[in-house]
This record gives sequence, structure tokens and C-alpha cells, in this order.
Amino acid sequence: MTSTRSATLFAFALLAPALIYILTIVAYPLLDTFILSFTNASLRQDYDFVGWANYLRIFGAGNFTDVIIRTFVWTFFSVSIKMIIGMCGAVLLNAAIPGQTLFRVLTMPPWIVPMAIGIFMWGWMYNGQFGMISGLLQNFGIVNGPVAWLAYGNTAFWATIITDVWIGVPMVTIYFLAAMQSIPKDLYEAAWTDGAGRGYRFRRITLPLMVPAIITMSLLSLIATFNSFDIIWILTQGGPSGSTTTMIIDTYKTAMGSRKYGEGAARAVVICIFVSLFCLAYFRAVRKLSQGEAK
Amino acid sequence: MSDVARTTEVAAVDSPAVVKPKARVRSTKAMIDRYKWYEVAGLYLGIALFLFFVLAPFIEGFLVSLKPLSQLFSTPYSFIPKVWSFDAYVNMWSSVPMLGMHIFNSFFISSVVTLIVVIIVVPAAYAFARFNFAGAGVLLGMFLAVNMFSGAVLLIPLFRLMRSLGLLNTYFAMIVPGAAFLIPSSIWLLRTYMMRIPRELDEAAWVDGASRLYTLRRVILPLAMPGIVVVAIMTFIGAYAQQFIFALTFNSKTEFMPLPIGLFAFFGKQEVIWNELMAASFVGILPVMIVIVFLQRYLVAGLTAGAVKQ
Repeated sequence: MTSTRSATLFAFALLAPALIYILTIVAYPLLDTFILSFTNASLRQDYDFVGWANYLRIFGAGNFTDVIIRTFVWTFFSVSIKMIIGMCGAVLLNAAIPGQTLFRVLTMPPWIVPMAIGIFMWGWMYNGQFGMISGLLQNFGIVNGPVAWLAYGNTAFWATIITDVWIGVPMVTIYFLAAMQSIPKDLYEAAWTDGAGRGYRFRRITLPLMVPAIITMSLLSLIATFNSFDIIWILTQGGPSGSTTTMIIDTYKTAMGSRKYGEGAARAVVICIFVSLFCLAYFRAVRKLSQGEAK
Repeated sequence: MSDVARTTEVAAVDSPAVVKPKARVRSTKAMIDRYKWYEVAGLYLGIALFLFFVLAPFIEGFLVSLKPLSQLFSTPYSFIPKVWSFDAYVNMWSSVPMLGMHIFNSFFISSVVTLIVVIIVVPAAYAFARFNFAGAGVLLGMFLAVNMFSGAVLLIPLFRLMRSLGLLNTYFAMIVPGAAFLIPSSIWLLRTYMMRIPRELDEAAWVDGASRLYTLRRVILPLAMPGIVVVAIMTFIGAYAQQFIFALTFNSKTEFMPLPIGLFAFFGKQEVIWNELMAASFVGILPVMIVIVFLQRYLVAGLTAGAVKQ
């Protein structure tokens, strides 16, 4: 069953459906994005090549760099908060206390419920006049009047981050929890015998051994967050006055709102370049980490 | 590439431990796991805070569905309904006339996506798990890289592709691209699982004169069934939870809209009838949630092994 010619042929026969599917639905559109980005394509069937005009236009307009910076700031905070809350959640769910299994199950809903539906609920919670967050803060006397979280640039920016964190936390928590449980128990027992406290064991055993999991998850989360669309689209559609317009939202508006396919494609290509860089970082990190593991 | 696999595999092997009751662990390591009373209190407080963050939108959503609209739009805010009312659960059927259809569509689209993905992924995963053909590593890496590009980036060409295939405003406009983005992670997950099936079994079948296809069907498939089940469940949840952008962009017919989009149309109105929106959301997700509760042990296994996905 080794690599004879017939075995290779058979392997490719098995792979053919998957390959054809992905080539048609993902690879070809990816290529088409690059081609379209050099054209003036719109709703009409025919289009002309315009060279670098689209790129010159988007980078010349000035606000595109703002969008890029905003996307990075948004992604940075969202990923960092997800990692911190996810780690806290994993530590809490890892504690050997009654109710453990139930708590773990209760962590999952944001991940399995259709994202859009969870986001509707956040939309109501952010409501200024009657929403829960503004309401509770007023009841406790923390703020004086109603705060319409999605109506101001600054608060809308953070509100969308918090909702994104909420959707990402279950996966990060469960992943960290699994990584935490794969740490050999005798390490803890040895440290415990030597009189090491809980905090010390966490700092000197858990954290160092979880570095690979943390790096892997951060990069995966980075890619997913960078591509986040649903949350912002449902909550603010990129507003108010562009303060939550990330690159994905910007591309969607250009392409599907204004039907400027060529220019939208150019914006999409810039996203693709960033995502490819993150991908490379991810593959390199995973390879390095597993080499370290083998030593 | 095989390095990437190893890390995932470790997670996959260990993941069942996440849900197993820790009875044995507790008896042997009782001392190390003993907490002082204030530590226990701190842990429960921490868990309460954490779960409040995770569940607050659902609790609030559920309570909103039970409040009459007049109370909803009144100040000061009260978390618990003053008057309990089930009107929203009755009225929503007329406010969202096709609610039943939307619930069905969500379920139907996710099911077909799952079917397509499983049919495509089983042979592909077997090929990656067993045959060291030239370029296997590169191909696998390519599949994974594909996973990192979101559908949102490819919307323009996909829209044009769907239009030229005549699939716009059909179920397939949502099914076809939906499945594409779930295939790579599923291949990855199932390949990891299949690599744990001893190679000797294939070789024994080969020696006995079984063809390769027969080996796949009669030896590997039955043994890989638990893995296939996990993949199917993960795919279904992925398809179910992430139904939005393709349905938003490639379909404008109300009768084909899945639940999130059907409700989004409702949500986008000037005057949102929030209690009905929440009621419709809960009723809409109920059937799938019930099924998922019963399958939760597969979820942890799939979630940790398939973390490549997110």
C-alpha cells in the first residue's frame, strides 16, 4: 500500500470531488478577485481593464488607511480580550468542584446558536432608552441618563468588540480547557509535594506548557476576527459615520452596496494579502511549536 | 504539514477527558484538589460572573419575549417582567408570516450542506490519512489556507459565479458556498481520526485480496463511523450557526430565507417589535438546541480537534 503509481492514482481519485469543489467555489473566485481588481467591473456583464486605477483610487482617497488602522485596533482588542476571558474561563471550568460538567455545557450556547440571533439579542441590550445595559447601569446609579451604545462612534466601536468577544469566548475557553487537561498530572503532584501553592503551580507549570495552545489559538482567532462581518453588519452596518467600518464591511459596502465590483475587489485583495500573512505566521508557528514538542 | 497534524491530534486524543466525570481523579488526588471554603466561594463567584457574561443575552432575550410591548418600552428598566405575557409567542406567527418556513429552511440548508460535506470529505480524508503521494502535504496546507479566507472576501466573484450558474435566489445559492468553507476543516478533523485506525487492518484486507475501494467501504468506514459522526455534527453546527452572509447576498426570496435572515428582515424595520423578535428567535432555535444538548459530548471532541476551524 505504499506510494506506487496506482496508489497515487487512487488517492487522487478519492480527492477529486473535494479538489474540484474547492477549486470552483474558492480558488477560482480568489483568482477572479485578483483579476477583477484591475477592472472597472460593475453590474454590467462586460468590463475593461484599468490597470492600477482601483488601487490608486482607494489608497489616494485617504480614508482607506483609516479603515485599515481601525480594523487592526478592533481586531487587536477583540482577540486580546477573548484570550484573557477564555483563559479565566478555562481555569474556572478546570477546577474540580461540583457542577463542573453542567458549567461546561452552559458555556457553549453563543457558539451553537445562529450567530445572527445572538447578535439580535445584543442589539436589544445595547438599546439606549430601554435596553438592559443602559437600564441596569441607571438602576445602579452608575450613569445618569440613558446611554444609546450604538449611537456614538466610541461606544459603538466597543460594543461591537464586546459582542465579538462573546461569540468567540466559548471556543477559546473549551480549547484552552482541553490544552490544560493534556498537561501531565504528575507535574502538578510533584510541585504540590514540594509545597508549591496553586498560584505558583499555575504560573510555573500551566502557563508555560500552554504557550503553544495560546499562540495557536491567538493566530486562529486573529484570522477569524479580522474576517468578522455579521456582528458589525447587524449591529451598526459600519456606522455611526464609519466608526465601526472595518475592511470587510468597507469591501461589502463598496461591492454589494454601490455595486462597484472592480473597486470592491481591489479592497478584497488588500484583505487577502493581510490574511495570507496571518496564515503564514500560523503555519510557521505550528511547525516551530511541534518541533519544540518533539525535542 | 504532518507537524500541524500532531498538535491537533494531541488535542483530539485528550478531548474526551473534558466531559468525562472525574470520579476516579477525585479519589486518587483528593488532597491536591482540596479547596479552602473561600477558594470554593471564589471559584463559584468567578463561574457565576463568567456564565452571566455568556448567558446574559439569552436570559434577557427570554425575559423580553415574556414582557408585553408596553412594559418593554417603559422606564425605569426592570430585568424581571412585571406582567408575564405569552402574547408574543402567539402574535409572532402573524408578524413573521413565514416563520415556520424559515425554521425549516435553516434546518434544511444545514442538513444538505452536511450531507454534501460528508460525502466529499470521507474519501478525501482517507486519501490524506493513508497515501503518501507526492504533494500531499502541500495540498493539505492549501485546503487549510482556503479555510482562512472568509466568504465575505470572495463575495463579488461568488456572486457573479452564482449568477452565471443561475443559482441566485435558490437554496443552492446558500448551500453550495456554505459547504465549500466547511470542507477543509472537516477533512482535517476526519484525517486526524482516520490516522488512528491501525494501518495493519488495511494491509490485512489487501493481503486477502480486497480492492482498495472495498477496503475503504468495508474496513475503514465502519471503524471511522464515530469520527464521521463528529464531523457531521460539527459541520451541521457550522452551517447552522454561520448562516448569514451568503443568504443575505445571494437570495432575496422570502420563501427560501433561513431563520437568521428571515428575522433580520424583521429586525431591520423602523419599529422593531422586540418581544416577538425574541420569541421567534427562541422558538426558531429550539428544535436544533434540543438535539444538540443530547449530542454535547461529541461537541467538545469536535471543537477541540477542529480548532483549526474557528
